[in-house]
Amino acid sequence: MRIEEHPILDFHKDNKISFTFNGETLEGYEGETIAAALHASGVKILGKSLFMHRPRGFYCAIGNCSSCMMTVNGVANVKTCVTDLKEGMVVEIQEGKGVIA
Amino acid sequence: MKEVELLIIGGGPAGLCAALSAAESSAKVCIVERNKSLGGQLIKQTHMFFGSEKQYASIRGIDISGILLDKLNHYKDNVEILTETTVVGMYEDGVVTVLHKEDNYYKIKPKAVIVATGAFEKTLAFPNNDLPGIYGAGAVQTLMNVHGVKPGDRVLMVGAGNIGLIVSYQLQQAGVQVAAILDAAPKIGGYLVHASKIRRMGVPILTSHTVKEAIGKEFVEKAIVCQVDEKFQAIEGTEMEFDVDVICISVGLTPLNELLAMRGCQTKYVPQLSGFVPLRNENYETTIENVFTAGDATGVEEASSAMVEGYLSGLCAASKIGYTPGNFEERKKDYIKQLNDLRSGPVGKHILAGIEQIVI
Amino acid sequence: MFEKTGIPSEEMVRGKFPSIERINKGPVAVVECYKEIPCNPCQDACKFNAIKVGEDINNIPQLNWDNCTGCAVCLSKCPGLAIMVVDGSRSEEAILIKIPYEFLPLPKEGDLVKALDREGRYVADVRVLNVLNPKSFDRTPVVTIEADRKYLYDIRNIKVEA
Repeated sequence: MRIEEHPILDFHKDNKISFTFNGETLEGYEGETIAAALHASGVKILGKSLFMHRPRGFYCAIGNCSSCMMTVNGVANVKTCVTDLKEGMVVEIQEGKGVIA
Repeated sequence: MKEVELLIIGGGPAGLCAALSAAESSAKVCIVERNKSLGGQLIKQTHMFFGSEKQYASIRGIDISGILLDKLNHYKDNVEILTETTVVGMYEDGVVTVLHKEDNYYKIKPKAVIVATGAFEKTLAFPNNDLPGIYGAGAVQTLMNVHGVKPGDRVLMVGAGNIGLIVSYQLQQAGVQVAAILDAAPKIGGYLVHASKIRRMGVPILTSHTVKEAIGKEFVEKAIVCQVDEKFQAIEGTEMEFDVDVICISVGLTPLNELLAMRGCQTKYVPQLSGFVPLRNENYETTIENVFTAGDATGVEEASSAMVEGYLSGLCAASKIGYTPGNFEERKKDYIKQLNDLRSGPVGKHILAGIEQIVI
Repeated sequence: MFEKTGIPSEEMVRGKFPSIERINKGPVAVVECYKEIPCNPCQDACKFNAIKVGEDINNIPQLNWDNCTGCAVCLSKCPGLAIMVVDGSRSEEAILIKIPYEFLPLPKEGDLVKALDREGRYVADVRVLNVLNPKSFDRTPVVTIEADRKYLYDIRNIKVEA
């Protein structure tokens, strides 16, 4: 799902890194957001609605709507659309509201 | 408590231009930006801007933020930039509280503030509008133009304003097919040159149409579209199905005014400006002394006017705290003229009608 | 209608073209800017004083056909990509059309591409004579195609097969 060639922009990406999503190892690039890296790997479902467990993805992608929250490295309610991907990150679909330690 | 002279909240086009203008007047400026880099929405705009030379017409939005940052660098002794820093409160005693990264919380006491927080995407209510694959237009732009990731393979664009038309063109440039552009209104809302550009690629624009329902199990697979009447009510029997994996909602933005409201600035709901906006004088000062505002936070318009409002509020805020250079009147006149030029044609009419309701 | 569809009527389109006599003399710009918007970089771009917007930047650009040399610099500067150049001076049967084209793959000289009309419908197969893409055009290449003269008012875009 990545754009290889673009008439206006140059997507030169260095530094491939790996992370896990619900236990599965995926790859992304340093400097991109978790949500973008997931989307590039075809992962569109980022969470579940609280009561009816409906599939949810992101909506605004700039940190306003909170639709993209996931548990990252054990920390709940991380806005994945504005959080940078780091090597070895453990990203999981959050069950319920999550617990703030 | 960190003491600053002029605090600018938001490092987008309005905030950057406010900083430039204030720094030119020799004020000491501190820009607070929640993202890790400056530029706001400019960094996604791959298209050429309109307006005239002073607003960087013909220059691509993505390049304008670089130009503004270069200019700001000339004043680096007077300009402090705090990135990854979110303003979390603005209080009656003038204190502004901020959160830097995860847990560095502290307070700032500015002599004056310019709130340039921009706007956020509206959404549309229809069954299954929460399915993954239903994204705001800004989200699609962020994914495509900042991260180089395709939002999907086939998109239904809802909204034929400037953003809907421009993002449709950008989707096609990224190799993503736009199945159709809908607008519930009977006319295309955006510039017709944008519409013509997308039509000559064979992308249909369906006015008086809206999305009725999204279909899909784990993400969008189809969209049901129908015609609407002049009261925007669905017309029975006009349903059409589109096989799409993205429904892009581009139905407008609304000002991000929480900080202004928290501070106690008087606001008013103005439909022509797309939401609740602060009352302000011609210097862009709100009903709270030394609290200024600029850009989409004052009313959703265009990046070109956001930049000029930034220049004007920066000039006036700097003057309010004691920095009134010799060319103050000349600069003020120029900025006001630029805003009038941008708003004097037919496209500026409804903005002027909105501004009339909030200028004190 | 135009406000509903984004497609100008034939009358509106022809109103933006100079006379056939002028088109046959050499390349000339056609500025398809039909509505007032605050925008004037076409005026600034033209080194031959052929485009005038004036004091009020909302004015629709006016063309001076005698001054215009069809150099196509304005094509790359118009934010609406509303300008094209036509040239009827080469032959009796053919016209040259220059359009801004911001897509990949970019065609190459000699390629056969599909010419499209203002609604994106196929008009004819046409040959690419030239692709101009200097740095000064800032990623808005200008493609020159050769078409049958009868399509002068129809062709507005191309489709390049990957």
